Parts: sequence; structure tokens; C-alpha cells
Amino acid sequence: MPIILQVSKLVKRFAKLTAVNDVSFEIHTGSCFGLLGPNGAGKTTTIELMEGIKTPDSGSILYNGEPLGQQFRNEAGIMFQNTALQEFVTVREMLVLYSRFYPRSADIDELVEQYSLQDFLHQDTRKISGGQKQRLLLAMALINLPKILFLDEPTTGLDPQSRRNLWERVRQVKAQGTTILLTTHYMEEAYELCDEIAIMDHGRIIAHDAPDALLAKHFDDVVVQIHEQDIPRQLGESEFNATYRNGNAHILTADVNQTVEKLLALEVPLNRLRIRARDLEDLFLELTGKELRA
Amino acid sequence: MWNRVYALFVARNTEFFRDRSALAWSVLMPVLIIIGFTYAFTEDNPEKFKVAMIAAVQSGGATDAFKTTRYIKFIEVDDIEANLRKIERHQIDLLFDANTHKYWINQTSPNGYIVEKLLIAAFADSGQTLQQNMVEGDEVRYIDWVIPGIIAMNIMWGALFGIGYVIVRYRKMGVLKRLHATPVTSVEFLTAQIFSRLWLLLVVNIPIYIGMDFFLDFRMDGSYFDLLLVFTLGCICLICCGLVVAARISSEEVANGLLNLFSWPMMFLSGVWFSLEGAHPLMQKFALILPLTHITAAAREIMIDGAGLTQISDHLLVLGLSSVVLLVVGAKIFRWE
Repeated sequence: MPIILQVSKLVKRFAKLTAVNDVSFEIHTGSCFGLLGPNGAGKTTTIELMEGIKTPDSGSILYNGEPLGQQFRNEAGIMFQNTALQEFVTVREMLVLYSRFYPRSADIDELVEQYSLQDFLHQDTRKISGGQKQRLLLAMALINLPKILFLDEPTTGLDPQSRRNLWERVRQVKAQGTTILLTTHYMEEAYELCDEIAIMDHGRIIAHDAPDALLAKHFDDVVVQIHEQDIPRQLGESEFNATYRNGNAHILTADVNQTVEKLLALEVPLNRLRIRARDLEDLFLELTGKELRA
Repeated sequence: MWNRVYALFVARNTEFFRDRSALAWSVLMPVLIIIGFTYAFTEDNPEKFKVAMIAAVQSGGATDAFKTTRYIKFIEVDDIEANLRKIERHQIDLLFDANTHKYWINQTSPNGYIVEKLLIAAFADSGQTLQQNMVEGDEVRYIDWVIPGIIAMNIMWGALFGIGYVIVRYRKMGVLKRLHATPVTSVEFLTAQIFSRLWLLLVVNIPIYIGMDFFLDFRMDGSYFDLLLVFTLGCICLICCGLVVAARISSEEVANGLLNLFSWPMMFLSGVWFSLEGAHPLMQKFALILPLTHITAAAREIMIDGAGLTQISDHLLVLGLSSVVLLVVGAKIFRWE
């Protein structure tokens, strides 16, 4: 697949803080690229540099091989993490307003139908719910039929149903061939939507690949999870080298049968036992020594 | 409930005190206003009334007694004709020729009436006779003189605060950031703001003008087109002032301070309420850099004197050039975030 966006040696400093530190990656046309990391990792600064909202101190960003310019502005759709909308304007008026900024525009009625905006189309933007606002912001980001769509933490603050609803919309956008750059601190979201991810911490990319490839590269074991009341800390740590967090003992093993047999032999109750594959949350913990949403 | 109110109260206070620029303005602005008022109305400049006087060849007598009257600014002049016009326009309250004891007042001037009483009182026991003269030509009431300035001032508030606050609020809320992510350029955005505000100001002020004229029946001797041109150019100039103020800041408190810094001197030093005739020369020169001075003066010339565009071309030139300079500066220093 051709490269639509190329980021090279990007650096951005705010006073003494280096928010983005020598970041490089490429995004392929039609793919969904995820930037992962905890709050303060530098995701939003990176995406804002790529959107042309901020100017890098050094490094370059090329869109279809060219520096960001008018063509990029016309072909990029952007959904910020926190976007305030003009007040005293209805949802439809908002869409009409933004459609007039671009040389080509999506059919507003189609967008309204596609993103289920009918029920609140004539409401003041101040009076719509969080989920409705996110759907409107996504529709606004797609008003110019973008070739590349930037989504900065699009589901933060949404309830699980609204979040899954938005994922479905994003999948539809991707199915139409639009390239997507997504930042999130929800691992499940990244796993569900992204073809490729880059994990950021302290302004640097610390891992970069397809989600399954990253997991396969770093893990060949699974997690046996037992409630901490069922396996005393001393026993868990000495016999299984378990780590305790969130009320559970986490035992890493490449041989589940053998571990379960040993637990049975030690008369550990298995009623609350859970076996799960290692996920991106584990990967982040492994790479940085801290939890992603801490 | 009160816990929440108290928590919000403390949080807001903390935010205010940590926003040092806003804090500085909050302290500095009242100080500047006090200094301005102190300078304008007390100490060296306490006069309430203005009397233009043709100096007597021989001093002494009632004229000297009159000149000792407190709170009157005496301005020595040597040309009666030129000063009669100033009486017409309420720029001076009374013109007195100390040699002939003739005086001229504007029949509709409240200040003129009071100063005349003081003059008569000063000459009461002197045995000298005063000769009253009313200004000739069309009568210019105080209301005719003050109305152009009031309309101009109304435009000033609307232009400065209307544009300044909106842009600062947009920036603070992130609306500007969202717009920055579109192909909209800063020049396009600012131009739209100028036109929007200009349109709103004209739409609001034209009915105000018509309404005031209906109730007050003030004088309008010039062309309505010329007057509209002056107010339009004045609006643009003041809107551009607002743009410069709002070009970078994102704190409403700072915006408020800066906008007051622009508007208060204009309100008092642009000759809206009282003429700067006889004021300190530096103050008069300072007034000339204020857009409101030129809007008020041009509007007065059109409305009272029936002046055409040629006569007010100097004011139009200043307003036009100021608009261009302010717009360029505003666009240059503007930032979306």
C-alpha cells in the first residue's frame, strides 16, 4: 500500500518539556493507524503536529510526499479530543457551515442519515448529549469526504454502548477507503480498529507494529488470573511468581495444564479462575513498567 | 449545596490569582482610570467653564475681578469671528471682549447661562455696562452638538467589546482551534468577523439614530450618505482596534482590561461630552490619535455644519489609514490558540 503520511524525526518542546521526542513512522493509504499511550504521553501533540495545528521544532511531515499545505487542509478530516461548537447554532446549521469551508462536500442529508443525526438535527448544539455530540463531530470531520481522518481520543467520556456505536461508524469510514489516524488510551479500541499501532510514552515511540504481531513478538505465555482471596500472597509469589494487582493474582505461564495441576495440588480454589491471552495493556505494562490508564 | 458553591468560589479565586496577566490588569486598570480622571478634572485642570477673552488694553477693574472667578478657564483670544463659531458648537461657553465689554453666549448652552450670571455679578458694582450678544446664524443646541458623539460612542462599545470578547471566547472554548483545522485562513476569519460586526453595528445603530431623531429632533444639515460613510469607516477602524486587542489573548479578564484601556480614554478625551478646547496641549494631541475623536468630529461637521466629504477628508484619511494599520497588525499577530 502506498504511504499517505510520513513522519520523520518529529520534535516538539514546550519550555523544558519535550512532548514529542524524535518520532518517526509512516501511515499506509486505507489503513487505520493507532497512537497509544497514557495521558501525557505526547499523543495529542503528535497528532496536532500531523494535523498542521502545531508547528514542530524539527522534523518533517509529508502528505502524499509533499509538505502539509492547502491540499492537505482540503483532504483531511479532523475530530479533536475536546471540541467546542459555536453556540446558538443548530446541528444542521453546523454541518452547513463546515460544508462551506471545503471545495467538495458530502451530501448533508446522507451524513445525517448515516450518523443518525435526524432526532436532534434542529437542536442547539449546546443541548445535545455526549454521544450525539461525538456523532456530530465525526460527521463534521467527514463533511469534506476526507482522504485521511484524524480521530483524537474519539470515545473518551462515552458510555460503552455509545463507544461501540462509534467504533462501528469508524469501521464504515475505513471500509470506504479512508485512512484513519486514531489516538486512544483504550487498548480494546486500538485492538478492534487498528491495523497498526505505535505505543508512545514520554514523547517517544516505544513499540510499533500490527497489534497481533506486537503481542506475538513480546509474549509466548498467557495469564492465569485468580482472585487474591483464593491464593494467599505469600503462596502466590513463592510458588508461581505471581504479581498482585486490581484484587487478583496474575500468574504468567506458557503451560496452563501444568499450572492448573499445581494449583489443584496446593488446594487453591479455582471457582474464580480466569485464563486470558496477553493483551496490549499487558504489553504496555511490560514495556514501561506502569499501567496504561494510571 | 453550599459546599459546592464554596469549592467553586475557591477554584475561581485560585484561577484568577494564578492568571497573572489578568490580575495585573485588574489592578492596573483602576489605577490608570484614577490617574486619568485626576489629571483631567483636578489639580492643574479644575475648570468647569470656558471663557474666551479678548484681553483688555488696560487691566484692572471688574474684568480682573471676573478673571479671579474659580472654576473658569480663561482662554485669551484675538479673533471674535472664529470664536463665535466655537460658542455655537459649545466648545466655549462665553466670549468676552474686555475692551468693549461685549459678550457673546449661546442661548441654549446651560454653561453659557451660568457663566453669564457670574460675569454680570462681577460687573454689578463696577458701574460699567455689559452688552449681551447672542450667537448669530443657526442655533446649535447642546443636544445637536452631543448627539454625533453619543452615536459614535455607542458604535465604539459595540465594536470593541463585540469583536474582542467573541474572539477571546472562541479561542478559550477551542472554537478557533477547530476552525484552524479547516481550510479557513486567519484573514478570512478576521474579515468575516469585521463584516459581521459592521453589519450588526449598522443594523443596531440606524434604528437608534432614527428613534433619537424622532424624539429629540436633532439637527442634520449634511448628507446621510456621507454620515453613513463616516460611521462605516469609524466602525471598521474600531473593530480593527478590537481585533488587535483580541489577536492573541485567551483570558476574558485580560480582554476586559485591554478593551477598557482603549475605550475609557476615548470616551472622555474624544470630545464626546465636552470640548477639549483649552485642555492641555498634550491632551489635545493625544485626542487626535483616538479614532473616536475623528468619528465624532466628522459626524459633527456633517450634521451641524452640513460639511461634505472634502471638508472631512482629513478625518476620513486618519480613520482609513488607522484601519489598514490595525488590520495588518491584527492579522499579523493573530493566533488560533
